[in-house]
Amino acid sequence: MALTLNVNGKTHSVDVAGEMPLLWVLRDKIDLKGTKFGCGVAACGACTVHIDDKVARACVTPVSSVVGKRVTTIEGIGATPLGQNVQKAWLDVDVLQCGYCQAGQIMATTALLQSKPKPTDEDIDAAMQGNACRCATYVRIRAAIKRAAGLPITDTREA
Amino acid sequence: MSATTNHDVANIVEVDASRRRFLKLSAAAGGGLLLSMTVACVTGDPTDGGGAKSAEAAANAPLHDINIFVAIASDGTIRIMAKNPEVGQGIKTMLPMLIAEEMDADWSDVEIETASVDPRYTAQQAAGSYSTPSNWVALRQMGGATRWMLMQAAAKKWSVAAAELSTGPSLVRHAATGREATYGELAALAADVPAPDSATIEALKLKDPANYRIIGKDVKQWDSPKIVRGEPIFGIDVVVPGLQYAFFAKCPVFGGKLKSVDLAAAKALPGVSDAFVVRQATPDIFGLLDGVALVGPDWWPLKEASGKLNIEWEEGSGANYSTAEFDQKADAFRASGKPQSMLTAGAGEAWDDVNNAIDSASKTIEASYSYPFLPHVPMEPMNTTAHVKDDGTIEIWSPTQGFGPALAYITAVTGVPTEKIKCHMIRAGGGFGRRGAPDYMMEAVAISKQAGNIPVKLLWSREDDVQHDLYRCGGYHNFRAGIDSNGKLAALSNHFVTFGFSDKSKVWAATPGANDKTLVWADMLPGEFPATFIPATAYGQSVIQANIPTGALRAPRANGHCFAYQSFLDEVAEASGKDPLDLRMELLTGPLAKEPPSGKPAFSPKRMADCLRLVADRSGWSNRKVLPKGTGMGIAFYYCQRGYFAHVAKVKVEQSGKVTVQKVWAVGDVGSQIINPTGALNQCQGSIVDGVGQLFQKITFDKGRTQQSNFYDMPLIRITDACQIDVHFNITDNPPTGLGEPALPPVLPAVCGAIFQATGKRVRRLPIVPADLRWTM
Repeated sequence: MALTLNVNGKTHSVDVAGEMPLLWVLRDKIDLKGTKFGCGVAACGACTVHIDDKVARACVTPVSSVVGKRVTTIEGIGATPLGQNVQKAWLDVDVLQCGYCQAGQIMATTALLQSKPKPTDEDIDAAMQGNACRCATYVRIRAAIKRAAGLPITDTREA
Repeated sequence: MSATTNHDVANIVEVDASRRRFLKLSAAAGGGLLLSMTVACVTGDPTDGGGAKSAEAAANAPLHDINIFVAIASDGTIRIMAKNPEVGQGIKTMLPMLIAEEMDADWSDVEIETASVDPRYTAQQAAGSYSTPSNWVALRQMGGATRWMLMQAAAKKWSVAAAELSTGPSLVRHAATGREATYGELAALAADVPAPDSATIEALKLKDPANYRIIGKDVKQWDSPKIVRGEPIFGIDVVVPGLQYAFFAKCPVFGGKLKSVDLAAAKALPGVSDAFVVRQATPDIFGLLDGVALVGPDWWPLKEASGKLNIEWEEGSGANYSTAEFDQKADAFRASGKPQSMLTAGAGEAWDDVNNAIDSASKTIEASYSYPFLPHVPMEPMNTTAHVKDDGTIEIWSPTQGFGPALAYITAVTGVPTEKIKCHMIRAGGGFGRRGAPDYMMEAVAISKQAGNIPVKLLWSREDDVQHDLYRCGGYHNFRAGIDSNGKLAALSNHFVTFGFSDKSKVWAATPGANDKTLVWADMLPGEFPATFIPATAYGQSVIQANIPTGALRAPRANGHCFAYQSFLDEVAEASGKDPLDLRMELLTGPLAKEPPSGKPAFSPKRMADCLRLVADRSGWSNRKVLPKGTGMGIAFYYCQRGYFAHVAKVKVEQSGKVTVQKVWAVGDVGSQIINPTGALNQCQGSIVDGVGQLFQKITFDKGRTQQSNFYDMPLIRITDACQIDVHFNITDNPPTGLGEPALPPVLPAVCGAIFQATGKRVRRLPIVPADLRWTM
């Protein structure tokens, strides 16, 4: 099936089965490999992208469903000041260990800060719990989110 | 392995077979271990297949190979090779820091590349937190040797004695004449300087740590900028011309055989361009197993097709395995009293004598602890790209913790000698011990060959990963202790029930951690604390026979034994009316009750006690008595992979039994130098949160099948459960050691100790079941 997709502001024509998950179309048909395969069932968040600025799991999103919508991936997130800010916070805080989940973490964070520019720890928990990090860099992910938001890095949860 | 008698020896055998071979070779050559590597790397021809290859240099600034670790461009760019695989432990950044420091480079001139796979680099692996201790001296010498060559080049250029020269950040200086030359200006000359001989290298004066400009400073992970932009640098991202995807469907029962499959129907499924049977290559269950390979241009259709294959398996005896049956067998062993064999056998270590002493003590306590099988589940599913070529060579691109064991296996199966197998070490999305195994690499090689020598990228589904892992083995510890009239722990016995192979052919003898008595990494060492710190200890073992593939999971052995032993010490403390900290300090600071099995101390009790004392101070341990019911603090320590760690956990348990770990304080002693503080701290933070996550995870079996399949039924810890963390390194005058593992084990018993204070309930069986922890005011 010939489909026209809008990814990171560019138009791409692909010829794939409509039910093929967006993840594999991005990775292997458009050669945007930053979006990662982790579970295939929307249970880890490694494949997080934005569809019309909202968080979506590309591994369970049939490609036909995004026709006519704007898809943003990690390769395109730096096109906005907010996205750049999140990327920079990730570097400043030196978040990553293996780094495999971090594209998804950055995508989820950018969507969070778009809707809640000054998130509380509870907001962060709610927005980020779908994104697993097996290296467990969560302490730094939390700090980087706050840094990107211009908030003090202190964890305000009861301890 | 069974002959190992203390932690130091155990740590050495944690490294893989290739490392062991290297140790032997070095000994045979009569040279110092570290020096011989350095000499090979300094003197080796840098253009010979590996090293810092000029060919890949930026066009505007050709690189001059100084040696196989360092190349310098005329514009001053210094390219340093990271010799070991990067799996998230930070080695790609940290190892080059050692070289750059001693070559007196300006870090801003440095760029890092992952090294080729080349035997001269030795031990190119991520295992046993060993990269730091094994490279600390050698790579600084490498840097020193490189600096020496640059100084020789300047000496020649200026016709002065090298002894009159000094170096500054990325330049050589002749103070007497005020002349200076940058490393970039000297690069071409230095490349022609004959490499220093071993005597010269050995005589190199390494820097006083007070003068470090790079070591000890926060250096951010080198690949981070690429990762936050989504650049394709992981194994799963590899693309080569003509690449096809492969999916490999294996029997859900360990060691099952393929009886039949309708290949014609398989080939007719959408997206499947080829389908064939691949046969088990060796009798063991660690390598290539029976299965059906699907090949096609896209992966997702292959995964979909794999669910529609008409396969009949001959499941074999493995189909009987179930966790319920294992638990029953463990219970029967416990009830039978006496272990099948003894781990300890010295004076004061006979089973009956020790247990008689326990029975006649003032106070006797007993408790049974158990922990489940666990998976590794690195975020990047297992994958490898392989190309078996018509000319008889093989090329492999793999996100791996090291090619050593896999290459030995591939050579054994294919007959292709290692020198004809070109390996590319690709960044891996996590390892945790899973990626040292040969299975996924061998599958890619076998499928490439059977598909007609085409390049294939084999990618496992998450379900494959969960159900075909080399699991952390479960285990059961049945403790008894006798407390004397002075309140001292006088006698301890442990009937350890573990797992072993009924069919020894099922274990691949070259698997790191393999031994002849238990499943891989399912053994216990006789020196387990507090073996040598109390007068009478008897450790015995019984084995449940089950041919299940197991392997090293981050802090192997320690991640299970620490939970059991340290938790039981809390029970001893309670029974003897002592604070858990006081009991531990009393044991660690008292005289050794008997000689360690090997005749030398297994670890330094003083270093451990210092960590414990510090963590108690930092956490405000003495104030824990004032905590309200439902909140508690626990304390634990462990020594593994040469690292000393003591943790305190503060935990809140709601009346519903819901557990929230609020904060963990950790004090570690990994020697005299934290090489890259930001990376070191990150490893500790990750280990601690990982340890909390382990408390709630399990792998169970029924009808020989793993019952879990993906993150919805084998949950990973999330940001919501990641606690606040305070880490302190106690700097001591000891050689620096690694941090990939040792901060993990104490978390589990520390949290369980805190749960006990909060609820009055002991967690003796993992995973934690919140419903069991309900409490009322």
